[in-house]
Amino acid sequence: MTSRTDTPSDILPHYVRDTPFDPYADDAAAGTMPADQASQLKLMWWRFRRHRLALISGIALLLAYLMIVIVEFLAPYKVHTRNVEFIYAPPQSVHLFHEGSFVGPFVYGQTMRLDMQTLQRVYTPDKTDIQPLRFFCHGEPYKFWGLVDADLHLVCPPENSQFFWLGTDRLGRDILSRILYGARISLTIGLLGVMTSFVLGIVIGGLAGYWGGWFDLVVQRVIEVLQSIPSIPLWLALAAILPVDWSPLLVYLGITFILGLLDWTGLARAVRSKLLALREEDYVLAAQMMGAGSTRIIGRHLIPGFLSHLIASATLTIPSMILGETTLSFLGLGLRPPITSWGVLLTEARTVSVLALYPWLLFPVLPVIFVILAFNFLGDGLRDAADPYK
Amino acid sequence: MREMIRYILWRFMVMIPTLVLISMLIFTIIELPPGDYFESYVEELKAIGEKADMQEIEALRARYGFDQPLPIRYVHWVGGMLTGDFGYSFEYRMPVTDVVGDRLWLTVLVSTVTIILTWLLAFPIGIYSATHQYSWGDYGLTLLGLIGLAVPNFVLALVLMYLANIWFGTSIGHLMDQKYLSEPMSWDKFTSILEHIWIPVIIIGTAGTAGMVRRVRANLLDELHKQYVMTARAKGLHPFKVLIKYPLRMSLNFFISDIGSVLPAVISGAEITAVVLSLETTGPMLIRALQSQDMYLAGSFLMFLAFLTVIGVLISDIALAILDPRIRLRGGATK
Repeated sequence: MTSRTDTPSDILPHYVRDTPFDPYADDAAAGTMPADQASQLKLMWWRFRRHRLALISGIALLLAYLMIVIVEFLAPYKVHTRNVEFIYAPPQSVHLFHEGSFVGPFVYGQTMRLDMQTLQRVYTPDKTDIQPLRFFCHGEPYKFWGLVDADLHLVCPPENSQFFWLGTDRLGRDILSRILYGARISLTIGLLGVMTSFVLGIVIGGLAGYWGGWFDLVVQRVIEVLQSIPSIPLWLALAAILPVDWSPLLVYLGITFILGLLDWTGLARAVRSKLLALREEDYVLAAQMMGAGSTRIIGRHLIPGFLSHLIASATLTIPSMILGETTLSFLGLGLRPPITSWGVLLTEARTVSVLALYPWLLFPVLPVIFVILAFNFLGDGLRDAADPYK
Repeated sequence: MREMIRYILWRFMVMIPTLVLISMLIFTIIELPPGDYFESYVEELKAIGEKADMQEIEALRARYGFDQPLPIRYVHWVGGMLTGDFGYSFEYRMPVTDVVGDRLWLTVLVSTVTIILTWLLAFPIGIYSATHQYSWGDYGLTLLGLIGLAVPNFVLALVLMYLANIWFGTSIGHLMDQKYLSEPMSWDKFTSILEHIWIPVIIIGTAGTAGMVRRVRANLLDELHKQYVMTARAKGLHPFKVLIKYPLRMSLNFFISDIGSVLPAVISGAEITAVVLSLETTGPMLIRALQSQDMYLAGSFLMFLAFLTVIGVLISDIALAILDPRIRLRGGATK
């Protein structure tokens, strides 16, 4: 084809490689699969991996959810353990060195004195009283998951002293332990609420998109109405319905259901519009031509097409559920005391005067902020990864 | 102009079924708890060993139609609201309109000021973040916004109160000086409100501003990556002019239609903040009314808050139609 056919071949010796041509050889040598051979799941994973913050958040959340499985082991005290001699004790700091020499992790003992002028408990660390912490130790007995008797803890208070890393509340209960136990409620309520809204959203949105007609019209109006009512007042009104004499478990399930009940609208809308859009795609037509039934088309071709988007947007609604629970409980209309959630813990810090004296009561807000940020990052990463071909 | 009028009329027509559905929903919710206010009131009196004046209670019951079936009561309730009779608050033993007083207007005031502040802040920040994508400023503002989203409103309120207590030694609760509480509106009362309003506005505005900055940024970025922007740049138009002339106008549209999603959030936030700061708005009273089954009071509050949102969305839609001829010509068939 070139104009250089007449040049002598001894300048550029003709060379033919014997091995068969393999267009993917370079990629295989680099240890990666070519992009056009990878499955969609793999592509999503690659895309997701590039979002560093989302990856870290995902791992952190995974750890948090693993943690709530073994809360009894992690918490130094039980959730309702009262230490009547240490009411409103401030956070104790963990030291490693005492007067320059290494001791290992320890806390100083505390002495309490009642200030007769202000009637306030004043705690002063006793610098001579070194109380080394114990690890993987036998401490306060508990029932693991309410079933198995055990007493192993990750860290126990010293033998004849106490260890309140984040301080105690008005009944002398350890705030760190209560935050850990509260995670069990606060973290699962978000997941369960999202599951409720997920099921409602897929079923209602799917039916509206699939049937169309009057059902679609009604659903559209209902969604509009629900979205135009401010959520917190509506949550409050619904939560006020829950009978006061319900058992804690029922209240927990009720609040979960209420949170999910108002949240499905966004998902239903997404499912409906995706279903309407995907129905017109060529590959659906092709499947119809090849004789696939509608069950197969929906299950095999339509749902995988939008499921990843749904999961991503569901992840982004978990934070609002966690915030919702916290707010409802704080206002006294959500979970109520024997249940311990982060919102219930924050009710302790309801007035400024309490806060000014005992600022450590506000510690439970830190895990709330952390979890909400992590879910936001994770959701962003998932949303980017949901469409790896973009 | 004719299209405009037709569009506004059409938009009003759409509003009516929405409001009817909302009122049905609210009525169902406030009717759901078993029993009514009178039953819990009689129980309460029995508990402290007093006898209730059954005659008065029966009279009230009959007057407010508690002996009638649900649909008729619903019609009574809605009909009353249309003529300005919002029912009777059993707890305060006064008509709801008297109990509420100017709380409603204070809620409107706080919400409006918050939204204006949200706009004033979110717009420039969003533009900066979009035009300086991946710069340190962008990252810093994004992080700040995320923290604003993540901190619960009531915690922010508590912390601000705490800090004000330490730094200024004053309490920052309430929406006005207590001596103006029952006075009619005057210049002094107005300035007192202005002095107090900025703290709730800041607290309520943080989450909304953060969300809006994120959406402005994403929207503007989409627009900036379009080819007409590149063409304008290639032709040598000044970067500032490129930004102002087209992409900004395009994202302004979205900005106004975003009121629909910001307003419910602002009102929700206002309710919680009002409880913590004990503001003279609807929040604290709504919660008390819900707890004591004072159904007309609670129902009117809920209805009012929903109405506020619907009106807000209506205003934003009309503003959008004025700005964007595509919407009013298509008869509002927007996505």
